[in-house]
Amino acid sequence: MKKSRWTLVLSLVLVLSVFLSACGGGSNNGGNNGGGEGDGDSASEQVMNLYATAEIPSMDTTQATDATSFNAMNQVFEGLYRLDENNEPTLGVAAEEPKEEEKDGETVYTFTIRDDAKWSDGSAVTAEDFIYAWHKALNPETISPYASMFGTAGIKNGNAIITEGDPLYGKVEELGAKAVDEKTLEVTVDTKVPYFKSLLTFATFYPQPKAFAEEKGKDFALEADTMLYNGPFVFSEWNHGEGWNYKKNPEYWDAEVVNLEEITVKIVKDTATSVNLYDTGKVDRATLDADFVDQFKGGEDFSTILEPTMFFLRLNQGKNEALANKDIRKALYLAYDREGLVNVLLNNGSVAAKYFVPKDFVKGPNGDDFREFAKDGFFADQGEAEAKEAWEAGLKALGTDSVEFEFLTTDTELSSTIAEYAKEQFESKLDGLKITINKQPWKQFLDLEDSGDFDISTGGWGPDYPDPMTFLYMFETDGAYNRMGYSSEKYDQLVSDAKKETDLEKRWDMMQQAEKVLMEEDIAIVPTYQRGLAIIQKPYIKNYYVHTFGADASYKWVKIEGK
Amino acid sequence: MGRYIGGRVVSMIITFLIIASLTFFLMKLLPGTPFNNQEKLTDTQIVQLNEKYGLNDPVAVQYFNYMKNLFVGDLGVSFQQDGREVSTIIGERIGASAYLGFQSIVLGTIIGLFLGIIAALRHNSFLDYGTMVIAVLGISIPNFVIAGLMQYWLGVKWGLLPVAYWDGFAYTIMPTIAIASIVVATIARFMRTEMLEVLGQDYITTAKAKGLSSTAVVIRHTIRNASIPIITIMGPLVVALMTGTLVIEQIFVIPGLGEKFVNSIMTNDFPIIMGTTLFYSLLFIVVILLVDVMYGIIDPRIRLAGGKD
Repeated sequence: MKKSRWTLVLSLVLVLSVFLSACGGGSNNGGNNGGGEGDGDSASEQVMNLYATAEIPSMDTTQATDATSFNAMNQVFEGLYRLDENNEPTLGVAAEEPKEEEKDGETVYTFTIRDDAKWSDGSAVTAEDFIYAWHKALNPETISPYASMFGTAGIKNGNAIITEGDPLYGKVEELGAKAVDEKTLEVTVDTKVPYFKSLLTFATFYPQPKAFAEEKGKDFALEADTMLYNGPFVFSEWNHGEGWNYKKNPEYWDAEVVNLEEITVKIVKDTATSVNLYDTGKVDRATLDADFVDQFKGGEDFSTILEPTMFFLRLNQGKNEALANKDIRKALYLAYDREGLVNVLLNNGSVAAKYFVPKDFVKGPNGDDFREFAKDGFFADQGEAEAKEAWEAGLKALGTDSVEFEFLTTDTELSSTIAEYAKEQFESKLDGLKITINKQPWKQFLDLEDSGDFDISTGGWGPDYPDPMTFLYMFETDGAYNRMGYSSEKYDQLVSDAKKETDLEKRWDMMQQAEKVLMEEDIAIVPTYQRGLAIIQKPYIKNYYVHTFGADASYKWVKIEGK
Repeated sequence: MGRYIGGRVVSMIITFLIIASLTFFLMKLLPGTPFNNQEKLTDTQIVQLNEKYGLNDPVAVQYFNYMKNLFVGDLGVSFQQDGREVSTIIGERIGASAYLGFQSIVLGTIIGLFLGIIAALRHNSFLDYGTMVIAVLGISIPNFVIAGLMQYWLGVKWGLLPVAYWDGFAYTIMPTIAIASIVVATIARFMRTEMLEVLGQDYITTAKAKGLSSTAVVIRHTIRNASIPIITIMGPLVVALMTGTLVIEQIFVIPGLGEKFVNSIMTNDFPIIMGTTLFYSLLFIVVILLVDVMYGIIDPRIRLAGGKD
């Protein structure tokens, strides 16, 4: 007995010593190498080190669909406008505000392109470069997943050209945009939308260097040296699996306001790793998940950003007859404790939402945030008691005392936690309710949701353009994203009227009424939270502007100060 | 020997074609589209995009097109990384994986064999128990835990090694240790068991009886015979580790192939799924052949068809 205990102790010592010696032996080399690199960091260097959580899938402005690509494009390309610090469109390649001319119910904008707008090889950015890129986005052969943006912007025939069966289908030259001369671009709009200029900051509306792109053919924009840049930075390196580096673009027309000489980006997918890299000074900014928030909260590095991204539950009234009952939907709406979700589970600056159009997203014609309307949300002062009451009434109308719902969600750790939380909320407060969680991989989730094969599903939506309509049009009766059998004549009418209305005040009012119908009269969905982002950023990074739509951020104005 | 290898090559090609076909059809059963922003695409848009990528054709047509291209060595282009060649993508990622895998295997095998041999020769001693504790720890502690602990202590707290990235030898140390821990554990346990078995064989007794020194007995008879099963497990281990390990690559930000394997399936990047699977299968098939050939060299009892004795 005594002998075997000694054996155990000795074995452990042995194990430890092997581990320690292995680590110690290696670390000497590492320490030296690490030190050698550190010497290069001088105090005033205008270098920012960042990471991205995904590869760049495409640098072809007509083909990209994802946040990483759009963000990179915002740094190296530029459209007629770009977003500024306050998310307002500011002049980009356009030399001045366009001339506006009304004729036959259409508006013609005449844009003049800056004389000093150049591609990184020194050649001029021309009106033809815009037309080339726009036609490419609409052409059925090369169609862009964001081709519908032309219609959204109200550009003439934008929708018809991509609608199969339309006489104009595929006829890209019918688009309401033409190059009058090298520096003059004329854009004809048949529906005037208030967010027209903001949309022009979006990658789909960027120009592409026509001659260069045609010469490169299939290889265009696949590598750092097979594209040209007209933005504040250029790619100095693009190692696909590993990351990419930016360098200041000397040909950029506004190069004198650009401070940063270099930006490095590595692809880091693991949150713990990115925090460790931040702690050792290898990256200057990192996004935190709930596990890390408490460690940094209260520090000067820490801040949260409220994003205009909404999360909600779709209630499939098309499939489940219990969910077709308004009282049942009301009970679900009220039984859900959103505070517990945002404060404990998410813990990242997300806010509880009893509304659908996010706050701090868009301002109306009078300058007020959309969310000044029904400021605290709908049914703000009701809670568990009213939920139980509505539940009883609902069950009575259905003539039953128990209901079962299938709760469809995705298989990530976060969505699983949120689904468990929802199940617990609903089942503990609503007697006779049984929730079955159905976790699916993302693609399978989308298929099931699209085919209406669920009772309740978790939805999320971020804006494609800075206007409440990017949220509200989702739930039109035939809307492609409705997916839950919701149909209201009143809602459809308000949304379609608002789309046509040119009086901005009236339009704004219609959209607010539409939201009210969706949320208060029909209780069609259960909004849960508006997403926040907890970030840490080194104090020497100044003027890092975060955007609410399109690209995540602009590096054009960033400078390093006091490092 | 030549005829044996010739026969094996034919069956390898058949195996490869079966794998290619099976993967192709199984892959087509995956739900969803390969498009990034699928949640924002309308049904009409999906049809249009499918048309553009040739995904509206009947599966049989797609299959024959794929196989036709495969015969001329064309693996197609990635859907996710718009338009980039699959072979380019595999090419730029295999380097880091292979380097790291190779380094881990060499390190792991040397330590593992050493520990296994010592443990067997000093059976039921402290050394034996110590080795087995290491082996059990190595197998049972997931390597992402080891990786995370090393990254925090060696990288952040003590600042001895770079936390992550792929930029020279110092950057390979922590990931190598993390991966090698599995190899050490596996090899040490195997080697110990095999050594113990061989040491009990009659021919060892004979060798000792005819007066061979114990060093000669161990080296010439014991280790050589005990390593045959090790070669069997080494084959698949080499392929698995040299083609990348997802978790370690993610923690240490290594631009390897492991991440592509998994991610292509999550995102329905069909050409990448095919490319990586076929690449993996090909390596596997070749390594298995090599292992079989090596048996004959190491173990005189095994002689392949066509051999002289």
